[in-house]
Amino acid sequence: MVNQNLYNYILGIGDNSLILGQRLGELCGHGPSLETDIAGTNISLDLIGQTRSYYQYAAKLSEKEITEDDIAFLRSEREYRNTLLVEQPNTHFGFVIARQYLFDVFHLLLLQELQHSKDDTLAAIAKKGIKEVSYHKRFSGDWIKRLGDGTEESNEKMQEAIDGLWRYTDELFEMTDADKEMVTEGIGVDLSKLKETYYQEVTELLTEATLQVPERKYFNYGGKKGVHTEHMGYLLADLQYMQRTYPNMQW
Amino acid sequence: MKKNWPLWEVFVRSKNGLEHRHFGSLHAADAEMALENARDVYTRRNEGVSIWVVESKHITASNPENNGEMFEPAQDKIYRHPTFYNLPDELKHM
Repeated sequence: MVNQNLYNYILGIGDNSLILGQRLGELCGHGPSLETDIAGTNISLDLIGQTRSYYQYAAKLSEKEITEDDIAFLRSEREYRNTLLVEQPNTHFGFVIARQYLFDVFHLLLLQELQHSKDDTLAAIAKKGIKEVSYHKRFSGDWIKRLGDGTEESNEKMQEAIDGLWRYTDELFEMTDADKEMVTEGIGVDLSKLKETYYQEVTELLTEATLQVPERKYFNYGGKKGVHTEHMGYLLADLQYMQRTYPNMQW
Repeated sequence: MKKNWPLWEVFVRSKNGLEHRHFGSLHAADAEMALENARDVYTRRNEGVSIWVVESKHITASNPENNGEMFEPAQDKIYRHPTFYNLPDELKHM
């Protein structure tokens, strides 16, 4: 008997890494400078590497004969459980950095808890990811400070990105049924406990970067239940094209 | 970029015990960015354990026009080379 909650829980975490990795991958060859281009692609590869570990584990748990690739490429939009934040487009470099930082702070807090999971595989994946994600956060946080506290124009664009993406931050802490069930089994992380630390840390950095912390009472949700923003379909079309057009194609 | 970021020289120590070697150069707006860029550009395939970056303008270089007076006098003084010793095989990186 498969633990469906565990399966869904793993996909919930893995999908965030896959979709953000895909978004960053879109920038390959299009970064603002050679150095930032490589940095973005590096982060993308870290995230896709993590995704593979999660999906391999999920595929093993599944009763069906599936592989990590089936999970990555052959689901419909409603079956992806990533948060809305990570699917937002690369509007401009400020958005890339803001999306990254707002996710990185959450991601690191999550992995730091998940490494103590009762599930050994999840704990091991989390432990391995902590070093990678610590660097992601350092990279994106430094850029927020640099752009926020840079020129008038860079400050304006950074603020625009923070204001534009803030509405997606609360969903990071939303507890799905799978989340709740996994917490009671000692496998999953109680996301609501991370929220205060998250907003405190983000507020400190934004203040240091001379940016305003948005005051917003209404947030957008849905991604974790499979209800995505209009950007998701285009992203998936790109991601899935090859497998849909040439089924079972391999490199 | 209309105005290019300044150029930085990157030195990487590939293992403990070895010296930092010049790996190349890159552009960055500040020292922290230079370090992070160097990490991503030059050590992503596990090439290093330590990185130094220095802004290229701080390097004073010899002028190729003066190569004659700078280097040629050393060419015929082979007795300055330790080539008359047999090095033990265990000695690497000499």
